[in-house]
Amino acid sequence: MFRRIALIATVAVGSVVAVAQAQEQTDPNVVARQSLMRLNAYNIGVLGSMAQGRMEYDAARASAAATSLYHLSLVDQSRMWPPGSDTSSIENTRALPALWDNMDDVMMRGMALRTAAEDMMNAAGTDLASLQGAIGALGASCGGCHRAYRQPD
Amino acid sequence: MRKLAGLCLGLGLAGLAAFWLLTRPASLSPQTLAAFAVYSADAQRGEAVFWAAGCAGCHAAPGLEMDASAEDRMRLGGGTRFETPFGTFRAPNVSMHPTQGIGAWSFQEFARAVMLGVSPEGLHYYPAFPYASYVLARPGDIADLWAFWQTLPAVDTPSEPHDLGFPFTLRRGLGLWKLLNLPSGFVLADSDDQQVMRGRYLVEGLGHCAECHTSRDGFGGLRRENWLSGAANPSGRGRIPTLPPQGWSGLDITAYLQSGFTPEFDVVGGAMADVVASISRLPSEDRNAIAAYLLAFRSSPSR
Repeated sequence: MFRRIALIATVAVGSVVAVAQAQEQTDPNVVARQSLMRLNAYNIGVLGSMAQGRMEYDAARASAAATSLYHLSLVDQSRMWPPGSDTSSIENTRALPALWDNMDDVMMRGMALRTAAEDMMNAAGTDLASLQGAIGALGASCGGCHRAYRQPD
Repeated sequence: MRKLAGLCLGLGLAGLAAFWLLTRPASLSPQTLAAFAVYSADAQRGEAVFWAAGCAGCHAAPGLEMDASAEDRMRLGGGTRFETPFGTFRAPNVSMHPTQGIGAWSFQEFARAVMLGVSPEGLHYYPAFPYASYVLARPGDIADLWAFWQTLPAVDTPSEPHDLGFPFTLRRGLGLWKLLNLPSGFVLADSDDQQVMRGRYLVEGLGHCAECHTSRDGFGGLRRENWLSGAANPSGRGRIPTLPPQGWSGLDITAYLQSGFTPEFDVVGGAMADVVASISRLPSEDRNAIAAYLLAFRSSPSR
């Protein structure tokens, strides 16, 4: 009886460890691209919160966030999307295989984000209305890729 | 022995007759027709119905950009593919084109299609067309929608056939599906809160949110006991989230539906991107009503 319980306990602990390992992303390329996305969201958060009236408009803060975002759009991503790191190959990514099938389109959309971030950098420090005028295009440039190449939760 | 054979034949014929009766495509009810008769339709109100019902999400050209204009989203040439466990559905051309689209339809044919899922030829449509939600639409809204539809352009893209496996190719059987799955009313109980009631109409009816956000049984019917509790992605990997997402406030919901930004400033993707493209074009009171409904339905969902 005791051995049986011990066996069950061992198997259970083993599965928990396996699940924990499966949930931790270890490929540094994938970690890098997911971190980049988080940094984008971190900066868009400042701009979006001001646009939505959740945060008081502050020209210096808005400008700093937009400048950071623009520089993030310049980061070299050439090693962040290795073949075989899509949803059908690895766990804990939402990058669909279609992304690798349409690299030209993906690159074009990456450039669209850079353009939108640059426009935001020029607008964010001017006034709230200018920031609000640039936020739609910025969101649309993110959504352009998310719509086609990202799996739902 | 001959008696037994005769009995079997008789039972078989009776079964067929019962099937044929039960699966008959429905006609518009006398109440609906009476409501149409006294209603004066308005194309401008119909535009709001168009965006609330998300018609463009399926029937506009595939692959529209996120910032595509309203005019582009009103070109209803169809062509978007939906990969499902039953096969591949292709959204048809429902533009005003007289031969490739539905420009030659009468208003009643349009209303029967949208509200009952029955074609002018009397065939059942597949429930990929969310008539199981539109059945809750008010007749006046459908009349307004048709008035608006008359103002939309004709697009000459030919509709492509669906690609389904047997027995799903037999449309008559959908009559049984409808008997089992067409709702007779709303999930959320009546309330005195007019904003919540407006939200209920938008979420459960026109907006057809449950079509993706509620799980389905083996025959593709919604498990209404798991209303808006999230589901497998109907066309691909991943999950469609529970509504409302845990911890979201009313402002979080309305801001998301208006801008596509989540509270964490992630940006909407997948099929929901097209939903936001439509819902963001509604008056803000309607987005507020949707949020009020979702929070009234479940203020603290389990995920």
